[in-house]
Amino acid sequence: MQITIAMAGNPNSGKTTLFNALTGARQHVGNYPGITVEKKEGIYISNDKKFNIVDLPGTYSLTAYSQEELVARDFLVHEKPSVIIDIVDASNLERNLYLTIQFLEMGFPVCIALNMMDVAKNRGIEIDIDKLSELLNVPVISTIARKGVGKEELMKVAERIASSKKGSGAHLKISYGKDVDDTLKEMERFIKENQFMTHLYSPRWTALKFLEKDEQVIQKSKKLDKNFSTHLEKMVDNLSDHLQSTMDTYPEAQIADYRYGYIKSILKQGVVSHQDDDDRLYISDKIDKVVTHRFLGPLIMIAVIMGLYQFTFTYSEMPVKWFESLFELISDIASEVIPDGLIKSLIVSGIIDGVGGVLGFVPLIMSMFFGISILEDSGYLARVAFMLDRVFRVFGLHGSSVMPFIVSGGIAGGCAVPGVMAARTLRSPLERLATLLTAPFMNCGAKMPIFALLVAAFFADNEANIMFLITMIAWGGALVVAKLLRMTLLKGESTPFVMELPPYRFPTFQGLMIHTWERTWQYIKKAGTVILGISILLWAMMTFPGLSEEKVQIFEKERNKLKASVSSLVVKELQLYNKETELSKAAQELKDNLQKIDNRASETALRNSFAGRIGVFLENITQLAGFDWRTNIALVGGFAAKEVVVSTLGTAYSLGETDPEKNQDLAEKLRKAPGWNPIVAWSLIVFSIFYAPCFVTVVCIVREAGSWKWGFFSMIFNTCFAFILSVLVFQIGSRLF
Amino acid sequence: MTVKSMRQMKDNQSGVISSISAKGEMGRRIREMGLVPGVKIRIQGRAPLYDPISLKIMGFTLTIRNNEADYITVEVTK
Repeated sequence: MQITIAMAGNPNSGKTTLFNALTGARQHVGNYPGITVEKKEGIYISNDKKFNIVDLPGTYSLTAYSQEELVARDFLVHEKPSVIIDIVDASNLERNLYLTIQFLEMGFPVCIALNMMDVAKNRGIEIDIDKLSELLNVPVISTIARKGVGKEELMKVAERIASSKKGSGAHLKISYGKDVDDTLKEMERFIKENQFMTHLYSPRWTALKFLEKDEQVIQKSKKLDKNFSTHLEKMVDNLSDHLQSTMDTYPEAQIADYRYGYIKSILKQGVVSHQDDDDRLYISDKIDKVVTHRFLGPLIMIAVIMGLYQFTFTYSEMPVKWFESLFELISDIASEVIPDGLIKSLIVSGIIDGVGGVLGFVPLIMSMFFGISILEDSGYLARVAFMLDRVFRVFGLHGSSVMPFIVSGGIAGGCAVPGVMAARTLRSPLERLATLLTAPFMNCGAKMPIFALLVAAFFADNEANIMFLITMIAWGGALVVAKLLRMTLLKGESTPFVMELPPYRFPTFQGLMIHTWERTWQYIKKAGTVILGISILLWAMMTFPGLSEEKVQIFEKERNKLKASVSSLVVKELQLYNKETELSKAAQELKDNLQKIDNRASETALRNSFAGRIGVFLENITQLAGFDWRTNIALVGGFAAKEVVVSTLGTAYSLGETDPEKNQDLAEKLRKAPGWNPIVAWSLIVFSIFYAPCFVTVVCIVREAGSWKWGFFSMIFNTCFAFILSVLVFQIGSRLF
Repeated sequence: MTVKSMRQMKDNQSGVISSISAKGEMGRRIREMGLVPGVKIRIQGRAPLYDPISLKIMGFTLTIRNNEADYITVEVTK
């Protein structure tokens, strides 16, 4: 039988490092069903024995408030692992034992990995391991996870506990003061007599959870037997009233206080001895004096963020280019090999371009997450949250929201895909959702060509200022919408900021690699499948039903007429033309004119396609914002990827496929086109900032938010919001100027 | 020795927590991080915008917003 071992512990206790040291590359990440908490599992092999190790989310306690805590608790209760390895940070013993105590109270077989003994020693903390083990009545093994020290011994002891079956049932019983103890005993007896949920929890633990007003346990028991749970709740109320009147406290508070009291009493019995100097500043504190300094702090932060940005977008530029060339090559080969027609178009424009577009993000995501992992694992990200919390709190967000915003394009040119994924560092669910939904408003690199085109066409004298203004509009809109969401759909108290600033640490290389690869692989896997489907769908919408036979004939006739009008020598020259020779003036002219006909044919085909019909149909509504059918199709295409907006606009204006980087022709055309003016340009700029994110981002939002509901919300809400703003801009603008 | 709200404490001041009046989730979060009566703390400093506060407790650094610190009173020792 395979032994299952759960690893539990506080965040920053070195739990993940130990997990990595034990399992190496033999691990995989999944999700607990229905929620976004990651489930990490791995295999440890020793002496031909296989152990299945589950890395539970890091928690400080086992209450029912956060998803992480519920997941950890439910896993322990329902899956009944053979043993829990509880990672305890030796340099931070007192608070770490708070969780340990709760495992022992639940009666689980526990083995303590006393980690970071080296750090503790450096701080002058001496820990009597045997004494600690004796007083808690559990095995304690000293480890240094970063160096892999102690892991074999730890696993040996864990195996011994797992196979002995001993240890379970030895519930730790702490005194919580006479009043609580009396009620607890009474409740315990009552639960025992009725065999209430005893197959899952020990009677004393159920009673404790009632005293702590634990929502999950109370709800569960209400469903099982209403009278029973009402009776228990009444007992709790009596005690609460009594404690309130005599000591101005309540059961839950008293239980927490006594738990810490119990830990203190254990530590005082000779477990910890240190040349105690509370005022001593550790290296971390000294770094913090500079890094979170009133003036220096923000400056350093700006430098670090700019650095991360530079790193990501500069160093990923080469690999992104390689990926692009690779897909261009594949697409060229496919074009050569496959005969002209629908299948070719499907494979080249639908599949290769679609999937290539997605995989093109991979180097970007990898380097972004590599950078973020460094900031996260070193402890700096917690400082950024600390410094910026005051600003973001105003808008119902959290200090940690800054990263997703910036990565998404808070400094113009980011990408919402890694941005949305970066929201994972937020622990509070409401703030995280609000961040997820508003980060795509930022101006990602793919939106920039749209702005560049419009600015070049209408505001050429003022480029830099307008670009800055566009960035500000995105930030302002995102923050205001976040606030609106937090006041309506995501209403709720802000999550308390009580947060640990972990000591600065050098990230381990293995940790960084695993971190980066995990996130990248998830992206490739999940996005790859859905995105392939959607890109084929979008291709179909822009291709079918195509030109009618009649129209094809008309264009063909025009071509023939054109060819007949010049001498046959010129036609022949063009037929033999390969890109190396120079064409004569007449042949060049013929080529250009033929191209013009092709472009008009594309325009007509596009207009006739499903997407085109949608565009034409929507014209009735979108003209309120000043958009004609051409703009509409371009925006529909922009849902595939924002890069498509400019090239589709090019096709719609019969310019053929336009390179987004070289848009002078299109800018010129727009400037002169009827129905275009600076106000329409502004309206389109505003719409582009705020409307539905590209579908890669939508898929990521779905993944991170845990349901399609939020994916649909971001598409529909963003588009409506953008449209209202554009209409306002256009209508007010047209009346004023 | 005076008892005052944690918000009013100055940088580098230390003291012993005397009471916590927060309830519900906030009370729980505050307590599980070790902020319970009788524990020694020292104010490390404040974020550039004077909020949140960072403080030293049981050998680690904890941050807490001003409006959360309002629920905590501390017997200031120096």
